[in-house]
Amino acid sequence: MEIDSQTATGHFQHQRLNGGSINNAEVLLGTGSGSINEKNLTDPIPTVEDKWQLLPAFLRVKGLVKQHIDSFNYFIEVGMKKIVKANELVTSDIDPRFYLKYTGIRVGRPERTDPDAADRLIAPHECRLRDMTYAASIMVDIEYTRGKSRVIRKGVVIGRMPIMLRSSHCVLTGSSEEDMARMQECPLDPGGYFIVRGTEKVILVQEQMSKNRIIVQVDGKGFTSAGVTSSTDERKSMSYVFMKKGKLYLKHSMISEEIPLVVVLRAMGMTSDKEIAQLIAGVDPFFLDLLSPTLEEGAASKLFTQRAALDYIGPKTKSMGRRPGVARRPAYEDALDVLGNVVVAHVPVNGSDFRAKCVFLAMMARRVLQAVSNNNKTDDLDYLGNKRLELAGQLIALLFEDLFKRFNSDLKINVDKVLRKPNLAREFDVHSQLMCHGDLITQGLSRAISTGNWSLKRFKMDRAGVTHILSRLSYIAALGMMTRISSQFEKTRKVSGPRALQPSQWGMLCPADTPEGELCGLVKNLALMTHITTDDEEEPIKRVAYALGVEDVALITGAEMHAPNTHIVFLNGLILGITRSAQRFVRQFRTLRRNGRIPAFVSVFIDDHRKTVNISADGGRICRPVIIVEKGVIRVTTEHIQQLLAGKLQFDDFLRLGLVEYLDVNEENDCMIAIYENEIKPYTTHLEIEPFTLLGAVAGLIPYPHHNQSPRNTYQSAMGKQAIGAIAYNQLNRIDTLLYLMVYPQQPMVKTKTIELINYDKLPAGQNGSVFVMSYSGYDIEDALVINKSSLDRGFGRCQVMRKFSTLVRKYPNGTHDRLTAPPLLPDGTVPERFKFIDDDGLAPPGTRLENGQAYMYKQTPVDTSGNPDSTTIEAPRETQYRMTPMSFKYPDPGYVDKVMVTTSDTDQTLVKFLLRQTRRPELGDKFSSRHGQKGVCGIIVQQEDMPFTDRGIHPDIIMNPHGFPSRMTVGKLMEFVASKAGAVKGELQYGTCFGGSKMEDMCRILVENGFSYTGKDYVTSGTTGEPVGAYIFTGATYYQRLKHMVADKMHARARGPRAVLTRQPTEGRSRDGGLRLGEMEKDCLIGYGASMLLLERLMISSDVFEVHICETCGYIGYKGWCQMCRSSKSMVPIKIPYACKLLFQELQAMNIMPRLVMEDI
Amino acid sequence: MALEDRNRVVILEDRVENVSGAEFPLSFDGQETAFNMESFRDSFDIKIIRVTPTDIEFDLIGVDASIANALRRVLIAEIPTMAIEKVYMINNTGIVQDEVLAHRLGLIPIKADPSEFLWKHDGSVPTDQNTIVFRLDVTCEVNRAAETGETDPKIKYINSAVYSSQLVWDPKGDQGVRFESNPIKPVHDEILITKLRPGQTISCELHCEKGVGKDHAKFSPVATASYRLLPEIQILEDITGDDAELFRSCFPPGVVDIVEERGVRKAKVVNPRKDTVSREVLRHKQFEGKVRLTRVRNHFIFNVESTGAIPPETLISQALDVLVEKCEISKTALAAAVKNGEEDE
Repeated sequence: MEIDSQTATGHFQHQRLNGGSINNAEVLLGTGSGSINEKNLTDPIPTVEDKWQLLPAFLRVKGLVKQHIDSFNYFIEVGMKKIVKANELVTSDIDPRFYLKYTGIRVGRPERTDPDAADRLIAPHECRLRDMTYAASIMVDIEYTRGKSRVIRKGVVIGRMPIMLRSSHCVLTGSSEEDMARMQECPLDPGGYFIVRGTEKVILVQEQMSKNRIIVQVDGKGFTSAGVTSSTDERKSMSYVFMKKGKLYLKHSMISEEIPLVVVLRAMGMTSDKEIAQLIAGVDPFFLDLLSPTLEEGAASKLFTQRAALDYIGPKTKSMGRRPGVARRPAYEDALDVLGNVVVAHVPVNGSDFRAKCVFLAMMARRVLQAVSNNNKTDDLDYLGNKRLELAGQLIALLFEDLFKRFNSDLKINVDKVLRKPNLAREFDVHSQLMCHGDLITQGLSRAISTGNWSLKRFKMDRAGVTHILSRLSYIAALGMMTRISSQFEKTRKVSGPRALQPSQWGMLCPADTPEGELCGLVKNLALMTHITTDDEEEPIKRVAYALGVEDVALITGAEMHAPNTHIVFLNGLILGITRSAQRFVRQFRTLRRNGRIPAFVSVFIDDHRKTVNISADGGRICRPVIIVEKGVIRVTTEHIQQLLAGKLQFDDFLRLGLVEYLDVNEENDCMIAIYENEIKPYTTHLEIEPFTLLGAVAGLIPYPHHNQSPRNTYQSAMGKQAIGAIAYNQLNRIDTLLYLMVYPQQPMVKTKTIELINYDKLPAGQNGSVFVMSYSGYDIEDALVINKSSLDRGFGRCQVMRKFSTLVRKYPNGTHDRLTAPPLLPDGTVPERFKFIDDDGLAPPGTRLENGQAYMYKQTPVDTSGNPDSTTIEAPRETQYRMTPMSFKYPDPGYVDKVMVTTSDTDQTLVKFLLRQTRRPELGDKFSSRHGQKGVCGIIVQQEDMPFTDRGIHPDIIMNPHGFPSRMTVGKLMEFVASKAGAVKGELQYGTCFGGSKMEDMCRILVENGFSYTGKDYVTSGTTGEPVGAYIFTGATYYQRLKHMVADKMHARARGPRAVLTRQPTEGRSRDGGLRLGEMEKDCLIGYGASMLLLERLMISSDVFEVHICETCGYIGYKGWCQMCRSSKSMVPIKIPYACKLLFQELQAMNIMPRLVMEDI
Repeated sequence: MALEDRNRVVILEDRVENVSGAEFPLSFDGQETAFNMESFRDSFDIKIIRVTPTDIEFDLIGVDASIANALRRVLIAEIPTMAIEKVYMINNTGIVQDEVLAHRLGLIPIKADPSEFLWKHDGSVPTDQNTIVFRLDVTCEVNRAAETGETDPKIKYINSAVYSSQLVWDPKGDQGVRFESNPIKPVHDEILITKLRPGQTISCELHCEKGVGKDHAKFSPVATASYRLLPEIQILEDITGDDAELFRSCFPPGVVDIVEERGVRKAKVVNPRKDTVSREVLRHKQFEGKVRLTRVRNHFIFNVESTGAIPPETLISQALDVLVEKCEISKTALAAAVKNGEEDE
C-alpha cells in the first residue's frame, strides 16, 4: 500500500484503508500476531458519551486566542531573556576597562506614567478611554564599571513594553468576574490584543513557509531544485541545490554564480569522490548513474583539493559589508567565510569541521535526485505541514531585538563620546546614559504596533499592515479577527494553489471562513481546537533521540545512511543521525511524549518515501488535540468524562495521563484518525474529539451548516461579522469611534455547541423573527424582505449607533491655550439657537437631544498660536484674541449626547470625548440577513392587519420570498426554520450543531404533537382579503441579523452644493455633500443617444461653466473686453467653457505651452 | 360544483381549494348565488362561546370573509386606546437610555376608557380632556436592612427593578373626580420597565394620549385578534381497528373518538371544532380516499384577546361601531358619486 504522505490527510488514508482487509492492515501496522481475535472485532465499540465535553475543557485552558497569548508569554518570559543574553555586553573602543553587562531582564506590571498617581497599576479600560498605551516597564539588571569599581544595579528601566491583554503580565489575568467588573472589563473579551495610544491593535497571525526545511520544487527556469531557507539569530538566507543538464549545482545569493556541487563539497573538505557519491546516492546504482555527470564535471574542473576549490569559489563571493581600513583578506578566506557562515547557515559548523554541512548539502542533492527520478515529483508548497505561523510574540521579539541592539549601539557611541573627553569632572556613570535613552525602545515598540510597519534592516524585513485595529463591530467580528491568519503571498499573482482549500487544513483551519474577492483563500481562520506551538528546547530531545538508538550522523558513512531499512532522523530540519528501526523509534518516542517526558507539542513522523523520521520542536506549527486509540481501544472512557464534569480532571490531566495528545499537521498524516467510534479499526491510532471543531469560531454560528451549499457558509462567515448586537459587557462604558448596538438582542432559538463555547449566547447579534416564506406584494423581489410594522413598533431590529467625537484642549508654545467657555450671547442677551444646549463649561450635558447643526461643544482657540512666550512684554500682557471653534452635530436625524468625558491624555493635554447616540428603527432599505448567507434589504413595511395570519393568530415579523431557496440551496436554513418553530412550540432551545444537532424527525414530531403540520407548512389566511391562501405557507422562526449597512448612513442626493476650490466642479462623496457624477459610461449613453444639449448641460452648465473672453486675433484668454497680449479690445468674444478647461490652458501656459483658441462661426 | 361544497374550503394535502366565496351574481350558471338579505337573515348568527376578563371566543356565522376580516382589521388597528405618547425626561441616570426607556413605557397598556378622552391633534395643548399624566420617580438605594452577604439585588437594594406599578397617576383638572371609581393605572402591575442600581435615578413625566393601532402598535387594544374557519372532517369510508387508533392520533385529543359498533372498533368524528387542521391524517396512505377535510367558509371562529385596557366584549361592539361608521362614510361617498355620475350624464 502506498501512502502519499504529502497530500493526503489521515482521514483520506483512512477511507482508503477501510476497503482493505483486516489482515492487510495488520501487516501494515506490524501488529502481526493474532492478538486481535475476530470476536473482539465484531463487538460494537463503546461510545464515549459526552466526549465533546473535552472541548469546553480545552477552551478553558487554551481559549480561543491562546495562541496569541502563549506566544506573547513565551516572548516575555523566555524570548526576551534569550535576546538579552545574546547581546549582553556593551564595551567601549576608548576605555578597554569599561564594560556594561546585562545580567537579567524582566517586565513589570502595567503601570500609569502619571508621576503623581497614587495607584500605579492601570487597567486596560482606562488606557482605552484616555488614549494611553497599556504598557509595563522593561527592567534590566546591570553590572558595569565606574572608574575602577564594579557597580551592580537591579531593576533599571530601559523602556516600556506594550502588554497583551490577558497575557501573564496583564492585570486581568486571574481576575474574577467581580474584579473585571470593577475594572470595567468584559469577562468574555478574548484578549490577545494590545492597547496602543487608546486604540486596540491586533497582530495578525502570519503564514510563512517553514524555515530550515528542504523543499523541492521546479524553479523558474524549469530546473528541479532543493531549496532551504536557513534562519538563525544572525541572518536569513536561501540556498539551493539544483540540477541543470543532469548536473548538480549550488546557488546562493552571496555567491555570484552557480558552483558545481562537487566543487562546493570539496571546498568544505570532502575531497573524495567516493565519499561524495556515497553520501548522496548511497550504494543505489540508479542514483549513482544519475550522479555521474555531476562527479564527472567535478573531475573535469581539476579542483581536487580543498584549497583549490576554495580559491575557485573565493572570487565569486560577494563582499559582506567589508569595513574600510581593514586589510583585504585572501579570496579563499572569503569562500571559507561564506561557506561556513552563510550557505545553509542553520547547520552548525564545528571549527573547520564542515562534515555536518556536507551531509546536509548531500541530503539536498539526494532530494533533487529523488525528485528527478520520480517524474519530477516535487513537494507541495501549499501543504500545511510545510507552513509555519508567525505570531505576535515572534514579531515583537524581532522588533525588540532590533531595538535592543540599536539601544546598545547608541549607548556605546555615547559612552565613547563621554570617555573620549580627556578629563572628566566626575567618574563616568553609565547609568545616567542609560536613563536618557529610555524612549528608543518605548517609541519603537509603540510606533510599530500602532502603524503596523515592521521594518528591520537586519532581516531585510519591511512589512506593512502587520497590525490591524481590532474590529468591535460585533463580538464575532472581534473574535474572528483574533483567529485570522494572513498569508504572505502576493494577492496579485494569479495562481490558485495558495488560495485553494488544502486537504491538510482539515481540523486546523476553517474551511468556510475566508473573505470573498481578492483575498479569498489567502486570509484564513483557525479552527476551534487549533493550537500553535512555541519553540521547545532542542537539546533534551536530541539526548532522548540518541538514547532511543539514533546513531550520530558524524560516525556513519553515506553507505550506511542510505542502506535499506535505515531511516535518517531529522530534528527541526537538521540531520541527527540514523535509526535502523524507525517504527520502534517513533513508537517509543511517542510513548515518552504521552508520559510527559518530552514536551507535548513535539511531533514525530515517518516519511516512508524519503526514508526519514522527522522530529519537530519548532514554533509556529499548527496542531490540535485528538483522543488516543490503541489497538482499537479508546483511551478516554466515559468515566474520565464524568470525572472531567465533576471537576476532578482538567484538560491538562488528560494530556498528562496520555489519553489525549496534540498532533501537528505532519504527524496527523502519519496517523489513522477515526471520526466516530464505529469507524475504529485495529489500525486506528486516534479518534476525533468532535468533528464540528473543524469549523472556526465564526462559521460555528451557522446552524446545520453541513446541509448548506458551501459558499453560503462562507458568505455567512463574512456577514456574521457585520451583524449588530451586543459587543461586550462593558459596551456602554466604551467610547469607540463607531459602535453599533442592538437594543433587544436575543440568543438564537437554534444554537450550536460552538455558540455556547464562544459565548455567543451571552453576547448575541440578532433576533428570532417569526417568518413566513411566501411572496407578498411584489416589494419582495430580489431577496427583499417584507417587515411587519407592528413588530418594528414593538422593538424588532431596533439598534443604536454611537459615535465618538473628541477634541484636545491644546496648550501652545507661546503660552496661550484653548479654552472651553460658555457661548457668547446675542446683543439682546439671549443664547444663539445653535448654542442653546451648551452649559457654562462649554459642553452639552448628557441627555441633550441634538438636531442637525446644533453645537455640543464650544471651544475657543487663540488666533495667534505661534511665537515664544517671552515675546510678550511682562508689563503689558496683551489680551489674547480668540476665535471660536465649536463642534456641531452633522446628521439629519436627531441624536443624543450619551456621554461626555473630560480627562488628561498621556501628554498632559486635556482631552474631551463626546459620545453621541442615535436610536434607529429599521426602515426601507436596511439590510438583514439570516445565518445562511441569505442577505436581503427591507423592501416594504406592512401594517400588521395586512399581514397573513395562521389559525392561531400568528402574524409574521418578516415575510421572505421563496425564490431565495432554489438557487442558494440553503437547506440548513429550512432546517433551522423547522427546528426554531419546534423549539418555540415546545419552549426549549434546539441545536443545529454541524454534523449533529436536533434531528428533523424529532422536530417534525414536536410540530405534529402540537397540532402543526409535519411539513412546517401551515394553513394561512390572507390579511387583506380575509380568505384562505391557496397554498400552505412555510411558517416558522429564523434568527435574523441586522447588518450594519443602513440607509440612514448612505442616502444622499444634492441639487446645489459645495464646489472644489481648484476646479470649481462639484465636490465628490457623501461626506462632502458631493454631486452625483455623470460618469464615463453614462456619458457614452448620452452620446449614443445624441442628446448633445443634455450632455452640455450635465457636463458643463450644471458643473463648472465659466465665461472667458477670447481674443480672436491671438487666440488667448483676455480680460473682459481687453486682450493684454494684443493690447487691444478690438476682437474680443465671450465664450463659455468649463472652468477646468480654462485651468488647463493656464497651467499649460505656465509650462511654456501656449494653447490658442481659434474662433469660427457656425 | 355540488351545492353543499360551494360553502366549503377544501383542505387537500398540498393545497387549499375553493378559497374564494362566490356570493355574487352569476357565479355559477343557472344558480342563484347573489347576496340575498332574506337568506342572510336566516343564516346569520353570532354565538358567544367563551368570555373571560381578557379573552373572548365567538362564532360569526353566515357572513362573507370580507366582513369578518374587516372586523378583525378594525380590532387590530382602529379601536382607539390610551397609551403613553410623550415622556418628559427630567432625570435618567439608569442604564437604559432615554429613548429606549420611553419606548418601553409607551408599550405599557393603560387601563383608561378612551371614550372619556378627546383626540389630541397636532399642535393642540394638553388638557385634562385629552391627556393623562403619570409620574415616574424612582431612586435606587442600598437596603440597609439587608444582611451583609446578600447577593440578590432585589433584597440588597431598594428599587433595584422598576415595575409598571410604580407609575403614579397624576390626575389633572376634574380627572380625579371623573375617574374616582375607576382610577387610571397600568393594566398589569408586574411589567418590568428597567433595572436600577444604587445611585441611579429616573424622574419623568408621562403623557398618555388617544391613538389607534395603525399609527403605532402600542395603541392596539388586542394582543391577538384572529379567526379561523370551522373545520369539518368527513369519513368517507369506515376506518376500523388499528387504523382507527392511528386515525384518532392524527388529530388533537377530543376530535375523534373510537366507538364500538357490532364488535368493530370504528373511528368517529366527535368534535371537529377542536381540530387544528394539521393535515397529519393526509400523510397516511391507509386513509387515502377515506377522509375528506373541509372548512366551512362562512363560519368564523373568532378569538380575541384584549390587552386588558378594554374588556373583550366591549371591544367587539366598539369594532362594530367603527365598522358601521365606516360603512356610513362609504355610503355617503357612494351616494355622492352616484349623484355626480347622474349629473354628468
